[in-house]
Amino acid sequence: MSSKGGFTMPKLAIGAVALIALLATPHFLGFHHQDLLIFLTINVLAVCSYRLVTLTGEWSLIHAVMMGVGAYTVALSVNHFDLAIWFTLPLAGTAAGLIAALLCFPLLRMTQFYFLIGSFAAGEAIRLTWVEFVGVFGGTSGLRGVEAPVVWGIDFLDPIPYFYFTLVVVGICLLILYRIEHSRIGLTLHAIHWKAPLAESVGVNAWRYRALAFILGSFFVGIAGGLKVHYLGSVTPNQFTIGFMVFILIWVIVGGYNKFYGPVIGVVVLTIFDESIRSFEVIRPAIYGGMLILSILFLPMGLESIPAKLKSWFGSDSASDEQALSDQ
Amino acid sequence: MELFLQSIANGLVQGGFFALFAVGLVLIFGVMGVVNFAHGELVMVGAFTIWLLHAQYGLGYIPAIAVAIVLVTVIGLVMERLLFRPTRADPLAGLICSIGILFILQVIAALIGGDGPSKQVPPPYQGTLVMFESLRIPYQRVFSLAISVAALVSLWFFLTRTRYGWALRAVALDREAAELQGINTNRISMVAIGVGTALAGLAGGLIAPLTNINPHMGHNVIVTAFIVTIVGGVGSLSGAVLAAILYAVFHTLITVYFGATIATISGLVLMVVVLIVKPTGLMGVRVSE
Repeated sequence: MSSKGGFTMPKLAIGAVALIALLATPHFLGFHHQDLLIFLTINVLAVCSYRLVTLTGEWSLIHAVMMGVGAYTVALSVNHFDLAIWFTLPLAGTAAGLIAALLCFPLLRMTQFYFLIGSFAAGEAIRLTWVEFVGVFGGTSGLRGVEAPVVWGIDFLDPIPYFYFTLVVVGICLLILYRIEHSRIGLTLHAIHWKAPLAESVGVNAWRYRALAFILGSFFVGIAGGLKVHYLGSVTPNQFTIGFMVFILIWVIVGGYNKFYGPVIGVVVLTIFDESIRSFEVIRPAIYGGMLILSILFLPMGLESIPAKLKSWFGSDSASDEQALSDQ
Repeated sequence: MELFLQSIANGLVQGGFFALFAVGLVLIFGVMGVVNFAHGELVMVGAFTIWLLHAQYGLGYIPAIAVAIVLVTVIGLVMERLLFRPTRADPLAGLICSIGILFILQVIAALIGGDGPSKQVPPPYQGTLVMFESLRIPYQRVFSLAISVAALVSLWFFLTRTRYGWALRAVALDREAAELQGINTNRISMVAIGVGTALAGLAGGLIAPLTNINPHMGHNVIVTAFIVTIVGGVGSLSGAVLAAILYAVFHTLITVYFGATIATISGLVLMVVVLIVKPTGLMGVRVSE
């Protein structure tokens, strides 16, 4: 842990090059791929906030619906009150966080399998509420007319300015998420995951920290939902089904959930992979499913573990031992 | 009143299906610790087999059900041997693998069935059983209910009266202790998933003439199975059967009077309430730590 803290010159240089590449990317892409890049950036926030929830070792199935809560909050606040994007995004996060805070009371009484199923049930009930109450939420066709705003003469309906905007928002959120994980709170969450009784015996209120992780994770995914609806201009219940939740789960697991950057690798690699097999149409989900199974069987710690594996194959034994120790 | 009686009768028939696939899910979870997300797709494969063999190629209904059961069981055994056994140490891995299988089975069904509207299988048994003037049950539903009950009773005999059944329950209670008694837990896992998936295949076969068949029908099945499993108490087979019947009647009644979406929302809320008030469900046993 301690060795990773400092920023060395090579790291800074790599970061700068990556940033410039990222800023330049949309200019070389077609319209369709610019769309994809924006959704990818939003999904990065979705998986990273999901990882915060899973730090305590509990896997929820409500995260996609929380993203929907954010999206619906934005759509409703724009349609009814015509709020500016500076207000709608924090509002989206706050709404998702509030719903999560309410759900803590029933859901966090459960753990493991029960929590998985319970969170799934709560999420599906919320989603079906959007389907059922047509007057407020527009039913299956959802809410429309949430066009991205024109601010200071910049038309955010254009993909490139919106991509930069998304990049800034997601970047700030990731920075906060990273700081949370490496703060006292994050360390406590890790402690609850690995040794809950021991953590409680030294005075940690495990329930409170699990609730905190759940609420914060929902807050950030609510913002992601808000970003999505501002770009799409509409929101429907079908965008946040268990199907999308499964994709979040897959991105996190295939990327590797032990490191902060694991889920980011997962969502980037799998989105590119998914795009590259677009021509297969019908059988695309099966290829995806097959990849998923292979990666679970042969790469259980995710894509982020590949460098360490390569190091242990080609490098000296002591290097791999060190890697194994720092993974603990 | 007429509608009420009729709904209860339909609910009981539904309860038979619900029990068949929920019991399978409970067996697999109990013995192997894996939440089989692809269970709904196994029911879908069973129903698709009936559509293909019976409705398209004219094979008899009963032989088609037999083929469906065998096919789904083989899929289950392959899943256990190739996916669940190597990942036993990590329950999450088993769940993710079953999601992968879910995608693959949906695609295979879509390829075989082609695009287009949902498929229908004409009911092989025509006519209606008239109990009273106000209560009529089509013979197809009577047949389904009878077969479901027969299958559940045979399962009960298997679990309580045979050595394999005892061994299976022992493994579900405590895997390590069962191994110490010389029980081959890998073989018992094969038996559990075999029985569980055979029931899913049977449920698919029975449901085929009564529903719209499409590659995504498994979603509703798995949602129902989760609700039934939780309400009944995870790991309790009798609880699952009881919950299946109660939930089916509950769901049918609310659907008739308030609509299907409200019925599913109430079911999900009911499940969350059960998880809060009595996490062990109707028949579950509290495990002391």
